[in-house]
Amino acid sequence: MSIVDRQLPTENRQLPAAPRQVIHGWRYFLRTVWARAYPRIIGQQREPAWVFFETFLPFLATVGYVYVYRAMEAPEEFVGFAVMGGAMTAFWLNVMWSMATQLYWDKEQGNLPLYIMSPASLMAILLGMALGGMLATSLRAAIILVLGTWLFQVPFAISNYLQLFAVFLLTMTALYGLGMLFGSLFLLFGRNAWQISQMMQEPIYFISGFYFPIETFGFAVALAAAILPLTLGMDAMRQLTFANGPALGFLSVEIEIGILLLLAVGFVSAAKLALDRMEWRARYEGTLSDRRK
Amino acid sequence: MLQTFNRSFRTAAWLGWQVESNWTDPLLFFAFSVLKPVSSVLILVFMYHAVAGAGSDAPIYAYIFLGNAFYIYVGAVMAGTSYAILDDRERYRTLKYLYIAPIAMPMYLLGRAVARFVVGTLAVVITLLVGIFFLNVPVNLLTVDWPLFGLTLALGIICLSFMGLALGAWTLTIRNEPWFLGDAVAASLYLFSGAIFPITLLPGWLQPLAYGLPVTYWLELLRRATLGPNAAAFPTFAAWSNGQLLAALTGLTLAFGLLAALAFRFFDRLARERGLIDAQSNF
Repeated sequence: MSIVDRQLPTENRQLPAAPRQVIHGWRYFLRTVWARAYPRIIGQQREPAWVFFETFLPFLATVGYVYVYRAMEAPEEFVGFAVMGGAMTAFWLNVMWSMATQLYWDKEQGNLPLYIMSPASLMAILLGMALGGMLATSLRAAIILVLGTWLFQVPFAISNYLQLFAVFLLTMTALYGLGMLFGSLFLLFGRNAWQISQMMQEPIYFISGFYFPIETFGFAVALAAAILPLTLGMDAMRQLTFANGPALGFLSVEIEIGILLLLAVGFVSAAKLALDRMEWRARYEGTLSDRRK
Repeated sequence: MLQTFNRSFRTAAWLGWQVESNWTDPLLFFAFSVLKPVSSVLILVFMYHAVAGAGSDAPIYAYIFLGNAFYIYVGAVMAGTSYAILDDRERYRTLKYLYIAPIAMPMYLLGRAVARFVVGTLAVVITLLVGIFFLNVPVNLLTVDWPLFGLTLALGIICLSFMGLALGAWTLTIRNEPWFLGDAVAASLYLFSGAIFPITLLPGWLQPLAYGLPVTYWLELLRRATLGPNAAAFPTFAAWSNGQLLAALTGLTLAFGLLAALAFRFFDRLARERGLIDAQSNF
């Protein structure tokens, strides 16, 4: 018996869920995606300070890690690993702060009941959020990558563009699927949502091997870390973009692409289930949009 | 006056502790306090092992580990004071009430930093213990120069509090994205203070900036106090004695104390004039 079932009065348990009027059809879905992506794209242009700091801060950390590798007299590929890791932090930060915590903030600001009441699909709203955020985030990641490459003369040697594109696309799909899943889970949190988001930065940078090859962990730990899309995504990208990358890779790129595909399907499906569950709670308990929680 | 200072400080310290810790159960609070800093140290440890294999004898290993461990205080104490302003103004919207209460605002802000100091200390101690017992960081607790360590730590915390006060006062006057200020300064100090690599690696034109920061001397002294004679392997301040480093740290602490007092007066007046005490940036 779930927590929700236990909390419901006996007479209410057998009631069917009140149907929510979601307008179906791909055109409505796409319109919702665009409607949610639009304010995110435009809004970020209105906050140049925000864009600057979200690029500047990860770049400073990246520079720090580059100098650490220089202090260790590491091979130049490692400098490239640090620059790539710094660029990819932009995506994780976007997923955590603009996807996972977004519905929580929408609840705090009173938008969530409007989402729930509207006939739009919550999946489409979150997808719009993801696509809108991904555009600006890609730009920030590109700036970090270009600046880092230029400043530290990173020796890129791309071996397969098609695989690299596939890895990036699958990593982003799985990552933003995870973000959508977190988005619904974070609605369960109260004041701790902020702290939990913060707690999931450095530990994830560490577990996913943002700045070093994950084969350093050993097979078992690296395999466990592979549940996070960025772990294998970055490992595959390192193998495809640096001459010495394959020697430091965890699994072969083909296997990593296969696992990333599974992760993408798994996280997006799990996000859909979690969102449906959240909607169900919103209707039955009436506490989902309660700011006092 | 002293009674007001005392009351403001003690109440703020208690309030700060409640704000920091009462959002969850003790276990999650402990995990939150420790996971983040320990992970940031582990990133560096694994970067080192990825390059150097299993050995941990190179002086740079202890340099990086200790620098990163003690740097936790910078984020906690300095950036924490700045966050206190934002928490009260933007999140809990209580700053306007604090301003009309009979308290000394600078003492209140310093008091709020106490909780972050306590949480930071917890993280530093656990990080150091993990390093000593599991990651082969060459620190022998019996040979640590405890008087030098205590004096340096106290001076550094006072200096970081002053820096936090100046930063917090500046934050009062910022309307757009004030959240980034503390993070930006902490990230810059991380890069320029020799926390994780010797400042001699920085481009020549940036090195004077590093020598002007109190955190640089503070971290060097803490390394010397904890590592003893092994610290001599780090070349940055090889020609400096402990006394010279302490004198530099003391001088810079006094300078930042004066700067904090002036900055608070200036920015506080500016914030009052512009009506920013109860401003909302819609973060």
